Amino acid sequence: MKKSKITNIIAKDFHINWKLYLMVIPVIAFYILFCYKPMYGALIAFKNYSPRLGFVKSQWVGFKNFENFFTSPDFGRLLRNTLKISITSLIVGFPIPIILALFLNEVKISALKKFIQTTTYLPHFISIVVVCGMVKSFVAPNGIIGFIARGFGADGTNLLMNPKNFLPIYVISGIWQTIGWDSIIYLAALSAIDAEQYEAAEVDGAGRFRKMFSITLPSIQPTIITLLILAVGKVMNVGYEKVMLLYNPAIYETSDVISTYVYRLGFETQNWGLSTAVGLFNSVCNLVLILITNSISKKYKSVSLW
Amino acid sequence: MKIRKTTGNRAFDIINTALLLLLTIIMIYPLYYVLVASFSTYNSILKGNGILLFPSEFTVEAYKLAFKNPMIIKGFGNTLFVVIVGVLVNLIITSIGAYFLSRKNVFWQKPIMILIIITMYFSGGMIPFYFAVKDLGLENSLFALIVPTAINTFNLIIMKVSFSDIPSSIEEAVKIDGGGHFIMLFKIILPLSKATLAVIGLYYAVSHWNAWFNAMLFLKDRSKYPIQLILREILIQNNMNNMMSDVGAQEANYIGETVKYAVIIISTVPILVVYPFLQKYFTNGVMIGAVKG
Repeated sequence: MKKSKITNIIAKDFHINWKLYLMVIPVIAFYILFCYKPMYGALIAFKNYSPRLGFVKSQWVGFKNFENFFTSPDFGRLLRNTLKISITSLIVGFPIPIILALFLNEVKISALKKFIQTTTYLPHFISIVVVCGMVKSFVAPNGIIGFIARGFGADGTNLLMNPKNFLPIYVISGIWQTIGWDSIIYLAALSAIDAEQYEAAEVDGAGRFRKMFSITLPSIQPTIITLLILAVGKVMNVGYEKVMLLYNPAIYETSDVISTYVYRLGFETQNWGLSTAVGLFNSVCNLVLILITNSISKKYKSVSLW
Repeated sequence: MKIRKTTGNRAFDIINTALLLLLTIIMIYPLYYVLVASFSTYNSILKGNGILLFPSEFTVEAYKLAFKNPMIIKGFGNTLFVVIVGVLVNLIITSIGAYFLSRKNVFWQKPIMILIIITMYFSGGMIPFYFAVKDLGLENSLFALIVPTAINTFNLIIMKVSFSDIPSSIEEAVKIDGGGHFIMLFKIILPLSKATLAVIGLYYAVSHWNAWFNAMLFLKDRSKYPIQLILREILIQNNMNNMMSDVGAQEANYIGETVKYAVIIISTVPILVVYPFLQKYFTNGVMIGAVKG
């Protein structure tokens, strides 16, 4: 009885909305072809895949690819680099746009404020290839940063050939590119604060820093926490395009991350099954992290991603 | 509001402004350095101890050599094609999706929404995606840079939220007049959502302009490379052969760095020219995204 009721509803709905469903076919096709088909295709992680044999004929090997990855000497290095790079970027890069927004908010001359904002956004619009090209030129022995480093006693080799330097170069160039853009959202939150609060605080004799810590920061706290949760959910998702543009074999030890490893394993050594397994491991980690952070954010003031 | 002007207050303002201006200089100097260095001879840069305020021994040699590379113009052309066709496809498909998702009383709306949101949090990964695109025969075609990125789910959701805000009384009027879904979308809803459309269109345009990874995966012919892949050859892989054909090896090594700076300027100027006009839309976009995020 109940089943026929549902089929009834579906039939009736289709009768009314079939034109709408017809219209949305390209969208559905997009998601099937480029999102769900790859999810199904990821099953080659459990196969000894060879493109010559194709998906169906390739042999199932169970969790062998995963076992090989977890027991390989690369596993520890990749996980360590992935986490180290993204957590350092988060710890150093997250508070800076907030600080910038707080101090920018104190600038009362609007033309000056606008000028500073415009120039700090600018690097956001330069493509990642060009940013990495600039970084590589700057840290070369005769580049501007290479010059300065030599002044501090560096031996004049390319800074990107030394494994120790990759992390600071990656993080600092990232901050340069995103600081202004990331501060916009905080500036918007700041502009929504009621001016009366500040007036009341002034009557009570509060100074600029006092107001900043007692009114401004608490007011934008929900924004900060939401963005922090979002950022933590992306920790396993390192900006691999940038790593790929900056690294070189001499510094794989500190710069090779899971996604760049997947790329080389697949496209350079054609080890499709194993590389898909490594990629799937990364996707699952991402998913778990997002689910955890989202359930935390649901508890906190019911801020949720969905 | 009355601002009390105490000495402490004034000192704070002065120091704060000074620090922010210092930050501005730090932000802008790398770009300024590239500009100045691109007009200098390499020898003079070496002598200048790194820090440059003005071009030393002004020359446009680097630009002459950069434009000897036919791939720079060709790459711009390919990118222009991808950006124009790509954004058009993006906007049409995304707005159709957003229109569907913003309908009420449609049985499959909710399940499809859930299936779409899942893709934001889980993906098959790089390798299966590559095979999915390859299986469609898109390899070595510029459409490999357009079709597989036709929808960005985040943009789709933003657009859906904006469509949902349109009062249903307007839509009822169209229904009574017997208008179909396409008339509703293209004649009524899109004209009412110009601001959102502009923002989303810009987001898509920027992502096409910056994209290089998919191009590297799917394109085999160099003649199809977008500008970012050409830039990668020059800036990252140090491949400047076709610019240095009539320069000696030793000299090429020297001039190479200034050519890179010239190439950076050439590729960044188009962005800087449109940037002041579009900045407003971008910041609006962050706001629209923030409402949802």
